[in-house]
Amino acid sequence: MKFRTLSRHIKAGSKNIIRNGWMTVASIGAVTTTLILVAAFLALVLNLNEMANNIEDDVQINTLIDLTATQEDVLALGEQIKEINGVESVSFSSNDQELEKLISGMGEEGDAWNMFEQDNPLNHVYVVKAANPENTEPIAAEIEKFDHVEKVVFGQDVVDQLFTFNNYARVIGLVLIAALVFTAIFLISNTIKITIMARSREIGIMKLVGATNGFIRWPFFIEGLLLGVLGSVIPIACILVGYYYLDNSLAGTVSFSFVEVLPFNPFAWQLSLLVLAIGALIGVWGSVMSIRKFLKV
Amino acid sequence: MIEMNNVYKTYPNGVTALNGVSIKIEQGEFVYIVGPSGAGKSTFIKLIYREEKPTEGSILVQNTDLVTIKEKNIPYFRRNIGVVFQDFKLLPKMTIYENVAFALEVIEESPRNIRKRVMDVLETVGLKNKARFTPNELSGGEQQRVSIARAIVNHPKIVIADEPTGNLDPETSLDILRTFESINAKGTTVLMATHSKALVNEFKKRVIAIESGIIARDEDRGEYGYEI
Repeated sequence: MKFRTLSRHIKAGSKNIIRNGWMTVASIGAVTTTLILVAAFLALVLNLNEMANNIEDDVQINTLIDLTATQEDVLALGEQIKEINGVESVSFSSNDQELEKLISGMGEEGDAWNMFEQDNPLNHVYVVKAANPENTEPIAAEIEKFDHVEKVVFGQDVVDQLFTFNNYARVIGLVLIAALVFTAIFLISNTIKITIMARSREIGIMKLVGATNGFIRWPFFIEGLLLGVLGSVIPIACILVGYYYLDNSLAGTVSFSFVEVLPFNPFAWQLSLLVLAIGALIGVWGSVMSIRKFLKV
Repeated sequence: MIEMNNVYKTYPNGVTALNGVSIKIEQGEFVYIVGPSGAGKSTFIKLIYREEKPTEGSILVQNTDLVTIKEKNIPYFRRNIGVVFQDFKLLPKMTIYENVAFALEVIEESPRNIRKRVMDVLETVGLKNKARFTPNELSGGEQQRVSIARAIVNHPKIVIADEPTGNLDPETSLDILRTFESINAKGTTVLMATHSKALVNEFKKRVIAIESGIIARDEDRGEYGYEI
């Protein structure tokens, strides 16, 4: 397409936007509302996912070894565990090391445990990691069956709950967003329908003098695109400002490693880009729908 | 050249508008299409600029087969044909100049060409000095001349007019007819559907009469042949 033609289409499309007044406002408003919710939902789900993944990476199976086990038994057990399908790594941690971890992990209160250094009540431990965190539970069940295993401890419950919650959030969010997206598309297609009706005379003349269908469609296509893009301006501002504050305030107060949110840069920018793309898509989709229906060129 | 062979047209609502029409119109002819209202004149005309597609039969216009033509090629085909209507079909918010230029803009002519050709054609129809007016500031006859200017600005081989004088007084109608005659004199085929007995009988041309969807008469230098 010639540059002159393109600029003509853009001019015509922008003019339509101004001419449609309140319908334009309504369409942009619908896109804005939709995109704000999409952005909030995406930020939530992606962060929850990240947290779940972080925790999941930390999930390990602590295999407490029977106190009566001899050194040979312990070594044999280690070999047995290594042979289980899906085990990524097995590392041995003696009772002394375990006590040290316990003491250092508890800070000042841990000092009370110092007295046990002479008579360590803890078990030797095999720390097992699954290649795929989802296999943690079956692997743990397998280990539990071996001899000289006193107890198997793993933190899968938290992860499972987080994933379950995440899945629910995702389904509810997707349904909600789909409904909103369709509303926005519907409003945009109606706005463009009004433009098409208002300009039916012009369109008729264009057809008569031999304008190509593409030429006739372009301004409406651009109108839809502009509605979508304009509708994403406020949501993007919300993302950038909101996420900046969220990131900053959480970083200051929460110290658990797993509630660390995705960093502002690049996450907020990526999310903004995504929201812009969704806005444009909604706009184009809406315009294509009404062009197909009402502009039998 | 326009050639129809055994053309039938039945609309989706069951109304049959044309019932086996065969006709041949050579390049450069001036033809009146006459007949009672609802006889099929408008359908006949719409078939020629491919606004409608025949149900049966074949139509050849400017060596283009209008039955097999692809949808995407219709716009290019239409650039060979100028169409004028009873209600002018001008855009009220645009000036006369813009109304005519519009026809060239939408087929992506270069701006320099547009300026020259629009001014030339406005001179042809005698409205050069009213280029900056809007349609509402012009008389009916002048508005029709604008729509004629728009139809011929692209130098089409065929100009089709569907009752171009239907809204105009006799004197103005005469004026419009003269405009068409001068277009025709340059070699353009002119097809004019009309109810004007006075024009048809005074300016003798070929007359094709359509009645109940068939060609009832086809005479060189014919008469209008109907009362009123």
